[in-house]
Amino acid sequence: MAGNVTARKSRKFSDNIKTSIFLSPALVILLIFFITPMLLTVMFSFTNLSLTGTQAARLEFVGFDNFVRMFNDTNLYRSIIRTLVFVFFSAIVGQCLVGFTIAFMMKGKNIRFRRAIGIAVISAWVTPEVVVAFAWVIFLGDNGTVNNILMFMSNYLPFLPQQPVAWLFQYPMISIVVANIWRGTAFSMMAFQTALDDIPTEVEESATMDGATRWKLVRHITIPMVKGTIVTNLLLVTLQTLAVFALIYTMTGGGPSGATMTLPVYMYQQAFVSFQLGYGTAISLILLLIGIIFSLFYMKFLKVKV
Amino acid sequence: MNISRKEKIIHHVILVILAVLFILPLMWMILASVDTSPIQTLRIPEEVTLGNYASILQNPQILRSFGIGIIISGGQSIIVVVISVIAAYPLSRYRASYKKSFLYSILFLTSLPMTAVIVPVFQMFLMLRFQDNIWAVMFFLIGTSLPYAIWMMKNFMDSVPKELEESAWVDGASVGTGLRKVVAPLMVPGMFTVLIFTYTGSWGNFFVPFILLSSQSNMPASVTIFQFFGNYGLIDYGRLAAFSVLYTTPVVILYYIAQQYMSAGFSFGGATKG
Repeated sequence: MAGNVTARKSRKFSDNIKTSIFLSPALVILLIFFITPMLLTVMFSFTNLSLTGTQAARLEFVGFDNFVRMFNDTNLYRSIIRTLVFVFFSAIVGQCLVGFTIAFMMKGKNIRFRRAIGIAVISAWVTPEVVVAFAWVIFLGDNGTVNNILMFMSNYLPFLPQQPVAWLFQYPMISIVVANIWRGTAFSMMAFQTALDDIPTEVEESATMDGATRWKLVRHITIPMVKGTIVTNLLLVTLQTLAVFALIYTMTGGGPSGATMTLPVYMYQQAFVSFQLGYGTAISLILLLIGIIFSLFYMKFLKVKV
Repeated sequence: MNISRKEKIIHHVILVILAVLFILPLMWMILASVDTSPIQTLRIPEEVTLGNYASILQNPQILRSFGIGIIISGGQSIIVVVISVIAAYPLSRYRASYKKSFLYSILFLTSLPMTAVIVPVFQMFLMLRFQDNIWAVMFFLIGTSLPYAIWMMKNFMDSVPKELEESAWVDGASVGTGLRKVVAPLMVPGMFTVLIFTYTGSWGNFFVPFILLSSQSNMPASVTIFQFFGNYGLIDYGRLAAFSVLYTTPVVILYYIAQQYMSAGFSFGGATKG
């Protein structure tokens, strides 16, 4: 009995040692390039770190100065609101809803048809972010495809605008939201396809036999059965959208006059255009904290077995 | 599921319209890239040319940036695969007391937005004299992609039966040999999936090299294409489109290859059933 316990203990001990050895390369890299920067984010938020000028030479702790400044920074408030608008409409409403709709309508259709639609949606997703941004700048351009179609249709529909619309100047937020929906929908679509395909057909069939209408079926059977996927997908898509930089920066540069200045773009501007690294870090701390909260929720809902 | 004929037709029509909307912006890129005089709107080229491609492929600076992109993304993905296989092995095979908390930490790290740490990383690079160094950028990217890679690799490795190695050990093989000769060959699909995922993620990453590199000769393709757009984007449509197609093609091919392995290990970082 006693020997058994010792044996198990020493087995555990040697497992710990062996695991540590195998994990050490990964741990070293994660420590230097992932954990340290996260800790530095916290530390630098309390400094006057700057890229140029006399402050660049001397790093000073300034206590809560950056946070006091953030508290009084109306531009920061605006950028937080813009970020929420961008995330809400492009991730939560846009990608999830469009993705779900496509996956839902694809269910039970001909396999070739499904594949063709899938390729169209996924091709937008695999395209690099910067290229997506060009494609949309040109698509929405004054003489671009959207305006051309609009001009053609306005010949027949007099309520449509008769002049080309400068989308990126008149509707900058809508433009980046649409571009981001276009780019990200495939992810949600694939997640929902897997989940919807897993619903046993008998469940839906028996509900139909019991006289459930189509809408009732979707609301009371289909949606509750993919609830888990909806929640995890919402959290993941929110996390990804929160961090979008290249798409917005390439399409609008945060403009016109700050209309699309979301938190990542504002952080970039403060840190690398105004050279206020300390303040830029304090802003990124907000991003990091939002990210941490959502990640914790994500893990809670994922109910994953490790 | 029995749905009415009418509903079926409506579904088909909506799906086709959506698919067209998804294709149109990309169609422009492909058509404009072979057009002798491309315009901003989508049209069938009157005269077809490969001149735009030739001109991009003859630009030494652009070619160099493609090379640097391949070095950074390729080096990153290979190292990530090697390290994550080594890390996944004990997580799949041994019962260390801290295994659970380690895996939870890894899962937690996979979903953090990397955008949030770039400013302190920039400062760290200045202090360590790593700025404008493509190798340092590569290692930073390795760090950011490792959590996801370890997570996926562990799931792949769980599906390799333990008995195979055990019989190799009986025949006198060491743990290292067992990993190399028995487990690794069975892990090839998993390793390819991680390789391709890491590569495509990195190839399209504009933000990290844009911030951490400064000299023109060190820029990978993701940055040079951005600069090209800034300089000629609204003048030289043909070459911009050709550049975009050339830059996008590798990712599309890799994605296509990865698809056949994907279902095995990729489903929301391991498990979807919430």
